[in-house]
Amino acid sequence: MKVIMSGNEAIARGAYEGGARFASAYPGTPSTEILENMPQYGEAVYSEWAPNEKVAAEAAIGASIAGARSFCAMKHVGMNVAADPIYTFAYTGVTGGFVMVVADDPGQHSSQNEQDNRNQAKAARLLMLEPSDSQEAHDFMKKAFALSEKMDMPVLMHVTTRVCHSKGIVELGEREEAEVPDYEPKIQKYVTVPANAKKLRATLETRIAAAREFACDCEFNRVEMGDTKIGVITSGVSYQYARETFGDDASYLKLGLTFPFPNKLVEDFCSKVDKVYIVEEMDPYIEEQVKILGIECTGKDVVPRFDELNTDIVRKAFFNEVPETYTTDKQVVARPPALCAGCPHRGLFYVLAKKAKKQSIMMTGDIGCYTLGSAAPLNAIHTCICMGASLSQGHGASIALRNAGKDTKVVSILGDSTFFHTGVNSLMDAAYNKGSNLNIILDNRITGMTGHQQNPGTGFTLMGQEASEVDIPALCKAIGIKEENIKVVNPNHLDEVEAAMDELLPKDEPTVLITRWPCVLKKFSQQDIDEFPTLHKTQCKIDQDKCKNCKVCVKTTGCPGLINSKDQVVIDTTSCNGCTVCKQVCPFDAIEEVTL
Amino acid sequence: MSEVKNILLVGVGGQGTILASKILTTGLMKAGYDVKMSEVHGMSQRGGSVSTQVRFGEKVYSPIVGKGSADVIVAFEKMEALRYLDYLKQGGKMVVNDFEINPLPVNVGAAEYPEGILEELSSKCDVLSFKAGEVAKELGNPKAMNVVLLGALVKALGGLDDIDWDAEVEANVKPKFAELNKKAFHAGYEL
Repeated sequence: MKVIMSGNEAIARGAYEGGARFASAYPGTPSTEILENMPQYGEAVYSEWAPNEKVAAEAAIGASIAGARSFCAMKHVGMNVAADPIYTFAYTGVTGGFVMVVADDPGQHSSQNEQDNRNQAKAARLLMLEPSDSQEAHDFMKKAFALSEKMDMPVLMHVTTRVCHSKGIVELGEREEAEVPDYEPKIQKYVTVPANAKKLRATLETRIAAAREFACDCEFNRVEMGDTKIGVITSGVSYQYARETFGDDASYLKLGLTFPFPNKLVEDFCSKVDKVYIVEEMDPYIEEQVKILGIECTGKDVVPRFDELNTDIVRKAFFNEVPETYTTDKQVVARPPALCAGCPHRGLFYVLAKKAKKQSIMMTGDIGCYTLGSAAPLNAIHTCICMGASLSQGHGASIALRNAGKDTKVVSILGDSTFFHTGVNSLMDAAYNKGSNLNIILDNRITGMTGHQQNPGTGFTLMGQEASEVDIPALCKAIGIKEENIKVVNPNHLDEVEAAMDELLPKDEPTVLITRWPCVLKKFSQQDIDEFPTLHKTQCKIDQDKCKNCKVCVKTTGCPGLINSKDQVVIDTTSCNGCTVCKQVCPFDAIEEVTL
Repeated sequence: MSEVKNILLVGVGGQGTILASKILTTGLMKAGYDVKMSEVHGMSQRGGSVSTQVRFGEKVYSPIVGKGSADVIVAFEKMEALRYLDYLKQGGKMVVNDFEINPLPVNVGAAEYPEGILEELSSKCDVLSFKAGEVAKELGNPKAMNVVLLGALVKALGGLDDIDWDAEVEANVKPKFAELNKKAFHAGYEL
């Protein structure tokens, strides 16, 4: 059967057909939909959201050691978190076939950096597959499990945003069952004490040599001979751009298995063409390998080293051709993303921004929708580096500033899911080492930015079952934060937020402020409806007779539900969720709350 | 290689470009075309500018529409039409929803929404503009605006009348909205 699938849907389907039995991931764009598409195969494949990528990888590794075909999935930076287990799992090899799907984001559509994880496959010595479209994403994933078992190597399935989020036609197949053998301990294989690990390191070279031999004659690497004046070596989605640029006037070596690098195949291809061009996104991964073989080629001297590629860029790089376009002198206004109307983070940031006008506050931030708090008019996030870093950076900063005699206070801000990801360890550092930052946990009852995934605090699992719920205040207390230094507030009640900040901010010890109100875009559970009865039941309305058109509401909250024109401000009834932040900031009492 | 057709659907996060492109791509696949579609998820959804790219033909390689190559651009919001103007092929068509959504800088008073967009576009290329929300509202629900625009897009592309669009619309919306959306498609097509 043929269907249209995104690369992520195709990877999920391929895992099912390839006999996977266990899947784990932490959500992250552009990888999130892989696991979101797994519950439909729930009878065959168990799937779960893990608190972070390291845990996801380790859980899948455990399933592999137990003999089941398994995989984990993550965005590119997630692989940094999961690097610890995977670098050593490369030594031990697998029992059940194992795949780590890693989704890079060239062009940084939704990421804090642009790292080329093909380098990590080489550094960790993982067998690497690079599909170029949805059909290959499906086919490669399906075959990856048996390949992992055959080579006794974990597979790194390397995909990019344009493979994950592009859709194409996919021919589906049937599931191939792989039985789980009876458990037998393999201590020399899996206990990496130095005596064992040194032997494994040596056998890994043997396994790599065998895989390199395989890579030179396998279905993943394909030669398409055309005109031999130009030979293009390419992988992943770059193949598509190369194919459109050079058409039938070139020959192609389309690589799908790129670690171990197929040296002989490359040498053979290059000997048949006059000139060698390398088309690849981000780092010169293929180019460096080709140059090590002593082959002259043209690659990054003309193709950009960063940002994603497309056909226009490749055509300009090799032929200096630029398409004819329509132009306009009219200025288009940028449309940056903004916190939604009714977002529970807005109230918190409003109060924080107000406090920061009166005293020096350093605001360390984190990865999530709330990073948008850094934008005008709130300007209430000063850093965003990686998951969980807000609390640990804030701890370090609070000590450094205190010891330097500065009176700058430090406020650290992260969401519930990011707190569970790695923030818990960071808070432990602050409690243990006597920091003095105010740690704010924005508990909006869901993992928001990636599109509403369940997490250990929501009470539900990926497969829709009820689950235990982390008690955040109790966890903070157990970590070592004093009970009187932990406050829980409704972020839409500005007075409540301000009173809690006034109490916690002056303290010279680590404190925790938890805001608890659901993301307005969330599909509410019965529990949410019971706990937050006014959700979506009210809206705000401006009394135009009382309104002085002072614009304080729009200029201080930045709420997109307030439609601002020269003559007046009105509230958009399709987006207002009745958070009442605008009502509370209005100096003329011109905004009222109406029940729907 | 037979010609590949390029379409861009542009708008603001949450306007329903994805449903329109889903109906379009499944219809094209069933008609025997190779189809690719690309969109970007994530932070751009939070009120940001979004684009969905659709390419179809006998064989499609790249999932991305290049500059100066779109046969038709459908803009769900007026200023987005202007933002993506350089993607239009010489002689291509623009289908523009005459509807404004203020971006954040305009809303907080840091910038002004550009005036005279439709006139500017019309002076350069072939433009069909209308208020899709109002067309849909007359049919019973302004949210069917995206399917009205889809109908206009299919008309602008031309040569796709053999596809059973009613069946595709029906397969992609909830049963209770099927009639409304079929009417919306035809209303857009007739404009």
